[in-house]
Amino acid sequence: MRRFQDKLAYGLGALCVGVAIVPLASILFEVVRNGVSALSPQFLTSPPGVFGQAGGGIANAIQGTAILLALASAMAVPFGLLSGVYLAEFGDNKYGRTVRFLNDVLTEFPSIVIGILVYSIIVLAMRGFSTIAGAVALAIIMLPIITRTTEESIKIVPSSIRDAAMALGIRRWRATISVVLSTARSGVITGILLAIARVSGETAPLLLTVLGSQFFFNGLSQPIAALPLTIYRDANLPYAFARQQGWGAALVLILMVLGLNIGVRLATRGRYNSLRSRV
Amino acid sequence: MVVILALTAVVLTRGSIPAFDAYGISFVFGSDWSAVAGREVYGALPYILGTLVTSAIAMGVGVPISLGIAIFLAEMAPGSIRNPLSQLIEILAAVPSVIYGFWGLLVFRFWIVDLIEKPLSRDFGTIAVFQGTPFGLDILTAGLILAIMIIPTVSSISKEVMMAVPSSQREAAYSIGATRWEVVRIGVLNYSRSGIFGAAILGLGRAVGETMAVTMVIGNAIGPAAFPGSLFQSGQTLSSLIANEFGEANPGSLLLSSLIGLGLILFAFALIINVFAQLMVWKVLRVKGRVE
Repeated sequence: MRRFQDKLAYGLGALCVGVAIVPLASILFEVVRNGVSALSPQFLTSPPGVFGQAGGGIANAIQGTAILLALASAMAVPFGLLSGVYLAEFGDNKYGRTVRFLNDVLTEFPSIVIGILVYSIIVLAMRGFSTIAGAVALAIIMLPIITRTTEESIKIVPSSIRDAAMALGIRRWRATISVVLSTARSGVITGILLAIARVSGETAPLLLTVLGSQFFFNGLSQPIAALPLTIYRDANLPYAFARQQGWGAALVLILMVLGLNIGVRLATRGRYNSLRSRV
Repeated sequence: MVVILALTAVVLTRGSIPAFDAYGISFVFGSDWSAVAGREVYGALPYILGTLVTSAIAMGVGVPISLGIAIFLAEMAPGSIRNPLSQLIEILAAVPSVIYGFWGLLVFRFWIVDLIEKPLSRDFGTIAVFQGTPFGLDILTAGLILAIMIIPTVSSISKEVMMAVPSSQREAAYSIGATRWEVVRIGVLNYSRSGIFGAAILGLGRAVGETMAVTMVIGNAIGPAAFPGSLFQSGQTLSSLIANEFGEANPGSLLLSSLIGLGLILFAFALIINVFAQLMVWKVLRVKGRVE
C-alpha cells in the first residue's frame, strides 16, 4: 500500500510536469508552423500595407521595438546598476532592507498599472502618445529586475577579492567600481539581458503609452510601432492574412525573447541559478 | 523604488478623484458601464468579480499542478532530467503574454470548447455555472490560460523553498523507514508550508494583474452582462477593461478618470497581495539561512 502510494505520487508528479509542458510545446509548435509561412524578406523589411489589405510587413514594428528597448535600457541600466551596488555594499540596514523589499514588490507589479502611471505623468503632460513615454514605462519595469540581479551577483563576489583591493589602499568606491563590479560583470550582464527579454514582450503598458503606428520611427514625441502591439492588433482583425501576419510577428518576437533567454542560460550554465528563478 | 510606488499611489488616486466624486461608493459597487454622453455611468463591480473569479480558477488549477511539479523536480526526479525539465518550465515564464493571448485565441480556445465545455454543457447544462453556449471566449478559458501562466512562478519558488529544507529533515524521515512520498509529506511539505503558501500568493498576484492574454480570450463583456454568472460566458477583468477602453478615453473625461479608478483598485489588490506574499517567502528563505 505504502509502496503504491509512493508510485502514485511519483506518477502524479510526472503528470503535472507533462501538463505544463504541453502548452509550451503547443505554443512553440503553432508559432513556428504558422509563422514560418508568413516570413519572407519582404515581410521583414517593409511597413504594413494599406489597412485591411494583404501585403506589407512588420519592419516598422521591429524597428520600434528595437528603439524602445534601446531607450529603456539607456534609462534603466545606470539606475539599476547604481541601486544594485548600493544595496549590496551599503544596504545592510533598515533603509536598505525596505528598499530591497519594495524592489521585490515592484518586480511582481502588474505592468498595466505602470502603464497608467506613465500615461498620467507623461502622455497627459505631452498631450499625446509618444515613444519616450513607452520607453519610460519599459524602463520602470526593467529597473527592479536589474537592481536585484546586480545586487545578487555582487554579493557572490568573494570578500577576499574586495579585501585584496582594500589592502592595496584603494578607496572603497573605487574598489567597488573597478574590482568588485568587474568581477561580477557576467552576472550583471545576465541580469540586464533577462530584463530586456522580459520587457520586449510587454504589451499592456505600450498600449497606454506609445499606442502603435503604421509608420517608421517619426520622432520621440510621436507614437511608434512595436512587435507586441502588432500581434495584439492582428489578433483583433477579422482577416485571415492579419492572423498570418500576427503569427509571423509572434515568431519574430518569440525568437528574440527565447533566444535571449536560452542564450543567457547556456552562457551561464550552472551559475546564478538563484537570480534567474525570480525574474 | 520608494518614489515610484508612492508616485503611483498619488497619481492613481488623483486621477480617479473625478470618478469617485461623481459616483461615490457606487463606483465600486455599481454594475452599469455606459459612455453615452449625458448619461455616463461607471461601476466597477462586475470587473472586480471577474478578476476574482478568473484568478480563483487560475489558483485552483494552477497551484496543485505547480506543487506537483515542484515536488517532482525537487525531491523525486532522477538527477539527469531534473535540470533540463526545470529549464523548460522556466521558459514557460519567458513567453510574452501577448503570445499566450494569440495562441489562446486561435488554438487553446478550441481545445477548451471541444474537451471541456461541450461535454460539460451537454451533461450538466442545467447547472447555473455551466449554462450558456460553449464558445471558448469566456471566463473558463481566461482562468485556464492564467493557470498556465502562473505555473512557472509558483513551481519555481516552491521548488526553491523545498530545496531549502535542511536535509536532516529528510534523513530523519528516511531513517524511520519512510518511503519517498512519505519523506516529502512528513519531512519537506510540513517544513516548507508557509513558503509554498507565499509562492501561491505570488502566483495570485501575477494572475490578478495579467492583462493581455486575458483581454484576448475573455470575450470582453460590458456592464451587467459582465457579471461572472457562468463559466461559459464572456466576462471582463479590471485589467482587460482598462486595456480595451483606454484608447477611447479622452483626457479630462469621466471615462478616463473611471479607468484610472479601476487601476487604483487593481493597484490596491496587487500591493496587498505582493507585500503579503513577499513577506512569507522572505521569512522562509531567511530562516533557512539563505538570506536573499
